[in-house]
Amino acid sequence: MAKPQNSTPLTLFEKIWNAHVVAQEPESPAVLYIDLHLVHEVTSPQAFEGLRKRGIAVRRPDRTFATMDHGIPTHDRSLPIVDELAAKQIAQLETNCEQFDIALYGIHQNQDKQGIVHIIGPELGLTQPGMTIVCGDSHTSTHGAFGALAFGIGTSEVEMVLSTQCLLQRKPKTAKVEVTGKLQSGVGAKDIILGIIAKYGIGGGTGYVFEYTGEAITALSMEERMTICNMSIEGGARAGMIAPDEKTFEWVAGREFAPKGEDWEKKLAYWKTLPTDEGATYDATFSIDANTVEPMITYGTNPGMGMHITDNVPDPAQIADPSHRSMLTKALAYMDLQPGQPLLGKAVDVVFIGSCTNSRISDLRLAANMLKGRKVSKNVRVMIVPGSAQVKKQAEREGLDVIFLEAGAEWREPGCSLCIAMNGDQLAPGQYAVSTSNRNFEGRQGKGGRTFLASPITAAATALMGVIADPRTVFAQESAH
Amino acid sequence: MAQFNQLTSKVAPMPNENIDTDQIIPARFLKVTDKVGLGDNLFADWRYDGNGTPKPDFILNNPEMKRRAILLAGDNFGCGSSREHAPWALTGYGFRAVISTSFADIFRNNSLKNGLLPIIVDKETHAQLFSLAEEDPNMSLSVDLASQTLLLPDGRQVNFPIDGFSKACLLNGVDEIGYVLNMDEKIKAFEAAQA
Ligand code: SF4
Repeated sequence: MAKPQNSTPLTLFEKIWNAHVVAQEPESPAVLYIDLHLVHEVTSPQAFEGLRKRGIAVRRPDRTFATMDHGIPTHDRSLPIVDELAAKQIAQLETNCEQFDIALYGIHQNQDKQGIVHIIGPELGLTQPGMTIVCGDSHTSTHGAFGALAFGIGTSEVEMVLSTQCLLQRKPKTAKVEVTGKLQSGVGAKDIILGIIAKYGIGGGTGYVFEYTGEAITALSMEERMTICNMSIEGGARAGMIAPDEKTFEWVAGREFAPKGEDWEKKLAYWKTLPTDEGATYDATFSIDANTVEPMITYGTNPGMGMHITDNVPDPAQIADPSHRSMLTKALAYMDLQPGQPLLGKAVDVVFIGSCTNSRISDLRLAANMLKGRKVSKNVRVMIVPGSAQVKKQAEREGLDVIFLEAGAEWREPGCSLCIAMNGDQLAPGQYAVSTSNRNFEGRQGKGGRTFLASPITAAATALMGVIADPRTVFAQESAH
Repeated sequence: MAQFNQLTSKVAPMPNENIDTDQIIPARFLKVTDKVGLGDNLFADWRYDGNGTPKPDFILNNPEMKRRAILLAGDNFGCGSSREHAPWALTGYGFRAVISTSFADIFRNNSLKNGLLPIIVDKETHAQLFSLAEEDPNMSLSVDLASQTLLLPDGRQVNFPIDGFSKACLLNGVDEIGYVLNMDEKIKAFEAAQA
C-alpha cells in the first residue's frame, strides 16, 4: 500500500489510532477497537464478575489471552500455594478462563508458555506491529516496541474490553523522544530510559504517547527496545512506541501466533507503511544524546530520582523549589542516604535480576557473562527470575542456570517476584536491593525495603562485589587478570 | 456507575508530591477478588506501623480528619500502576474528590469510573488551598460538578476542567459499558471490514 500523494503526513501513532476508531461521537471519546487483550490474575477478577452480573459473554475470546504472573510463587510450583488469598485469586482466574473460554498460560495449565504478561505476548507472536493492545497493567507499554499502540488500563476498562472489544479513549498527545548518537560499552537500554526519566521527570510524559526515534534506538535489538518502551509509564507516558523495521519483522516471523503464508505477506506490506511519514509533527519533542549516557542508578523513591553511577547523591539544600526539596529530603530519609555521598561502594543485601523490564534471555546472557566462573558476594542474596517458562528453558539450554548456581545465585521459576513483592519474595524492612525492575517506590519490594534501580550488568557487577559497582570497572578488573 | 453531583466537606491535606499507587494501596493488598474493604488499607504503610497500630503522626490518623471527603494532595497524584484498587481504596475510605495540580492518566480514568472526582487546579490555587488549610484545619470546600466550580471559604470560586463526556457520565451515573454495548452494530461492521 503506497501512501496516497498529497495526504497529510502522519505519525506512527496517528496511523494506528485512525485505523482503530470504530465510532467518534462529537464531544465524546473515541470508541477504539482493541486487537489484543492480555489478562492476568490481579486486575481481572472484578471485571469477570461484572460480566457475570450483566449475564454477557466475552466478545472475542480469540483475542483474549491470560497468564498468571504477579502473585504466583517462584519456588517449587509442585507445592501448594501457602498464601490463601493468592491461591484464591489464581483459582479464580482458572475458573474465569474456563467459563469464558479464554486461553490461559498458568501454573497448572500450559505451564511451558507461562510467564510475565509482557514477556509472553511478544514471545508467542501475539504482539504484532500496528495492533492496539491493552492489559490491566501499566507496563503494557512494553509491546509498543513492535510499533503497536499498547497501554495499561484499569479493571473497569478490562470489563469494557472483555464485553465489547472496545475502549473509550480520548486521543492522547504525541511526543517524539529522540535518542541520538551511540552508546558506550557497558551502557545499555536500561540506562537510556533511566536517563530520559531522570532528565524529564516522572510526570514529564503525562498526557503523551512517546515515540522513540534516532540512531541509538534503531541500533537496539528488539529486546532492548522492549526495555525502553516498558518504562515509558515511569516517565508518565501511557504508551511508548518504536517504528517497526526489519529487526521487528524478523523477530515476529515464525512465532506461534504470527501470521503465516499469504497472510504474513499481506500484514508485512501493511506493517511497512506504519513508520512516521516525513514531515509529520508531534506535540512535543524530548531528546537525549546516547554518547553521554552512563550506567545509571536511582537513589530515591521514584524512578526519576536517578543519576550516573559515578555521581554523588544530590543535596536537598541545593534545590530551590520547596516542594521538590522536601520530596528529596523525605526520599533520602527513607533510603537512609546522606546528601553528597557516593553510591559506588554502598553495601546491598539483595540483587534482583528479573521483571518485565529486564528478564529476557539477552538480559540473562549479560548477567551470566559477568558472573561466569566467579562467585557472588557472601553478603548478598542474588535472585535471578526469568521472565517466562520459555526464557527459562532457553537459558538452561545455554547453561546459564549452571553459571548462576555455581556463582551462588538463586535460579527461580518465572513470575513478577521481587518486582512487586506480592508472592512472598520480598525485602525485609531496611534492606537494600539493586534491582533490574522498574519501580523504586517506598515499600515496592517489601514494606520498608529500599530499592536502587539499575541495568542487569550493573546488578550482576554489584552481586559480585557485594557493594554497588560500576560494571565497566568490574569488567576491567577481570580482563586485567 | 457511582454518581457525583455536589459535595461539601472539610479537607484532608497531604502535600507530598508524586503519591504513587503503591502508597495508596500497597501491592500485598491486591490479592482480593472483590472491591470490598480496601479502604481499611488505604495508605497502609504510612498509616500503620509494623504491628498494625496506627501511626499517630500520619494525617489520616488524626481523629479530626475522620469522614473528610476531599483529599488535597501534592502534584502528580496517582502515578505508577494501573490498579483500580487505588480509587476503590480511596472511595472505600470515604473520599469523593481529590484536588491536585495533575493526575497520572490511568489513575484519572480509573477515578472517573468510580465516582471519585479528580479536581485539577493551577499551582497558585493549589498553594493557596494548602495555606488556607494550614490556617484553618477545619476549612471546608464545596464542589459543584455541573458548574465545574470549587467554592473556597472566602467566597472565591475556582473553575476546574473536566471533559464533557466524563462530566455527563458522573452527573447521570451513566454506565459506560452499556454505552459501548449499544454500539454493537458499529463494532460488527468494524470487525467485518478488518477481517
Ligand atoms: S514484572 Fe513488575 S512491573 Fe512487570 S508486570 Fe510484573 S509486577 Fe508489573
